[in-house]
Amino acid sequence: MLKKLTISAIAALSLGTGGALAAEGGGHVTNFQFPFEGPFGKYDQAQLQRGLQVFTELCSACHGIPRVPFRSLADPGGPSLSEEAMIQYTEQWEIFDPELEDWRTAKPTDHFPEGTDAQAPDLSLMAKARAGFHGPGGTGLNQLLNGMGGPEYIASYLLAFTDEWKEEAGSVYYENPVFSTGWSAMAPVLYGEDVEYADGAPNDRVSIAKDVSAFLMWTAEPKMMARKQAGFISVIFLTVLTVLLYLTNKRLWAPIKGRKKS
Amino acid sequence: MSGIPHDHYEPKTGLEKWLHRRLPVVSLIYDTLMIPTPKNLNWMWIWGVILFFALVLQLVTGIILAMHYVPHVDMAFASVEHIMRNVNAGHMMRYLHSNGASLFFIAVYLHIFRGLYYGSYKSPREVTWIIGMLIYLAMMATAFMGYVLPWGQMSFWGATVITGLFGAIPWIGEPIQTWLLGGPAVGNATLNRFFSLHYLLPFVILGLSIVHVWAFHATGNNNPAGVEVRRESKEVAKKDAVSFWPYFVIKDLFALGVILIVFFAVVGFMPNYLGHPDNYVPADPLVTPAHIVPEWYFLPFYAILRAFTADVWVVMLADWLTFGIVDAKFFGVIAMFGSILVMVFLPWLDTSSVRSGRYRPMFKWAFWLFALNFVVLTWAGAMPAEGVYTVIALIGSTYWFAYFLIILPVLGVIEKPLPLPATIEEDFNAHYGDAGAGSAVKATPAE
Repeated sequence: MLKKLTISAIAALSLGTGGALAAEGGGHVTNFQFPFEGPFGKYDQAQLQRGLQVFTELCSACHGIPRVPFRSLADPGGPSLSEEAMIQYTEQWEIFDPELEDWRTAKPTDHFPEGTDAQAPDLSLMAKARAGFHGPGGTGLNQLLNGMGGPEYIASYLLAFTDEWKEEAGSVYYENPVFSTGWSAMAPVLYGEDVEYADGAPNDRVSIAKDVSAFLMWTAEPKMMARKQAGFISVIFLTVLTVLLYLTNKRLWAPIKGRKKS
Repeated sequence: MSGIPHDHYEPKTGLEKWLHRRLPVVSLIYDTLMIPTPKNLNWMWIWGVILFFALVLQLVTGIILAMHYVPHVDMAFASVEHIMRNVNAGHMMRYLHSNGASLFFIAVYLHIFRGLYYGSYKSPREVTWIIGMLIYLAMMATAFMGYVLPWGQMSFWGATVITGLFGAIPWIGEPIQTWLLGGPAVGNATLNRFFSLHYLLPFVILGLSIVHVWAFHATGNNNPAGVEVRRESKEVAKKDAVSFWPYFVIKDLFALGVILIVFFAVVGFMPNYLGHPDNYVPADPLVTPAHIVPEWYFLPFYAILRAFTADVWVVMLADWLTFGIVDAKFFGVIAMFGSILVMVFLPWLDTSSVRSGRYRPMFKWAFWLFALNFVVLTWAGAMPAEGVYTVIALIGSTYWFAYFLIILPVLGVIEKPLPLPATIEEDFNAHYGDAGAGSAVKATPAE
C-alpha cells in the first residue's frame, strides 16, 4: 500500500510540471554542460567574470539587468570581484538619477540600468524564466534529470540564428528555431572572437554563449551556492537524526512487536 | 476525551493541583498525547503528523515572508526579488514556503487516499472526514491565492482563469466575479484581498485541524484491519492499543525525518522544479502565456474542468434540458466543484459494512483504478486541452464520478468480503510474534 502510493505520488510529482511547459521554445535546446549543475555544482568564478564582460560589451547595448545591484558583483558565490574591482567596474556606468533629474556616475548601491531598447527584455531573471527541457510525454523527467534548462536555452538561442531574415510591418525579424515563434526581433550577435578575454580563455561562439548564459544564471539565482550549502547541511543533519530516530523506534517497539513472523 | 478507557492525568504536586482546579490544560495535553492508538497502524498513518509539520512550516515561513512582501501590483514582484536577493536567508524562506505547499499537498493526497482505502470515513468517523474535506477546500483556496502573490505571469493569468469560473454561473456569475476581484479584472484590489485572505485562511485551517483531531480522538483511530479497539476495560484495550506517546510520536518523527531529507534536497538542489518558469516573468495583462496551467496539485481538477466540452452528449443534454443555461463552460465548473463535493457525501455513498479495503476483493480493483485515474488526470491536466487529451480527461472524469456514485454504492451490495480478524490484537499478531506469550525479545536498557 505504502509503496504503491509513494510510487504514484512520485509519478504525480514528476508529471506535474513537465507537460505544462511543452509549448515554449519550438526548436531543439542543446544540453550544454555548466559547472553549476547538479547538487555538487558550483559557479565558476572566472566564467562568471567572463560572462560579465560579454554582457557589458555586447548584451548591454540593448538589454538591462535592473534587478541586479552593482555591489552584488563583489558578493561571495558570484563573480566575486574584489571591492576595488567592483567599484572600478561600477564607475564605468552612467545611470539616470530621478532625484537629480540627471545622469550621474553609478555607485555600488545602484542597480544596473534598464535596457536601452524597449523591445529588449530585462535579462535579470531570464535564466529562470525559460525552460529548455520538456517531456518526454509530459512526464517532466527531462527537467528532473537535466534541470529546467534556462541557461541551456539562452546559449542555444544565441547560437541558433540562421541567415534568414524577413521584414514585417516595418520591423526586421531574424529566423531562430529555438525562439518560441521561430522569428526573433534580435539580430544575431555572436560570430566568434566577439570579445577578448583577459585570462586567455577560448572566445569561440559556443564558449562566449556559455559564459554569458552562466553569468545570467547567476543574475537570476545569486544565492545558489548558499542554497546548495544549506541543502547539504540540512540533508546531512536530518540523515543523522533520522538514523537515531530509526534506532529509537526499533528499540521502543521491540517489546510490543516480539519477533517478526517471516 | 477518548471513548477508549485509559489512564487519565492525576495532578500530583501542589502546583499541579492548584492549576488543575483552575485550568486543566496539563490534563488536556496529557490525555491528547496518551490517547490509546491501535498498535497495528501501518506507515500510511504517518501523514497526519507530516501535515501538522507542513502547516507549521508554512505558517512560520509565511509570517516571515509577509514581513518583507509588498501586496501592490507595482511592487509585489520586486519585493519577492528583494526577499530572494537581499533579505537574510530570504531565498531559503521563500523556497521552503513555495515547495512547502507541494509537501503539504503530497501529504494531504496520501492522507486522503489512505482514508479512502481503509474506509476511515465510515461510521462513526463521518464528522472527522467532513472536517477533513473542509480543511482540504481551505488548503486549495489558500494555495491558489498564495500563488497569485508573487505577481508573475502565471499568478496573474491563473487568477484570471480561476475567478473566471465564477463568471460562468448564469445571471449572478459576473457580479460574483466582480465582487471577488474587487473590480472588473484582476488588479490591485484583487492582490490585496488575496494577500489578506492568504494570511487569514491558514489560521482557519489550524482551527479546523484541531477540531479534526478532536473528532477522531472521540471515536478513536481507524486502523488497517478496520475493526475497533475493544473497550470493555483498560486491560482489554491495552491488548489492542498503545499510547500515542511515545510509540507513535517516535515512529511518526522517524517518518518525518525521511520525508524531510527528500524535501530539503528538493529545496536545496532543485527548488524551481515544481514551479513554472513563466512566474519569473512579471505579470502583464497584455500578454497571455501560451499555456495557462495551475500548480501540479490542482491539475486533476483542472482536467475535469476542461473535460466537458460542448460536443459531449451529457453537456448537450444538459444544455437542451435547461434551455441553454447550463452551457459547456458552466457544466465544467459544476463538474469540477462536484468532483470535490461528492467526496463530502462519501460516508453515505459507500454502502459496504466492511471498513478496510484489505478485506474487500472487488473494492481493491476499483480503488487502485481510482488511484491510477488520479495520476492520469494530473497528467491530462498538464497537457493542452485538445485532441486525445480531452478524451482521456473525459474518461478519467467519468470514472471519478462513477467510482463515488455507482461503484461504491453497488459494491456494498454485491461484494462478498473476506473474513475479518476478530480483534486488532489478532491482526497484529498475524504480522508479528505474540510478544505477550513469552516469545518476546525484551528491550535491554542502553549499555
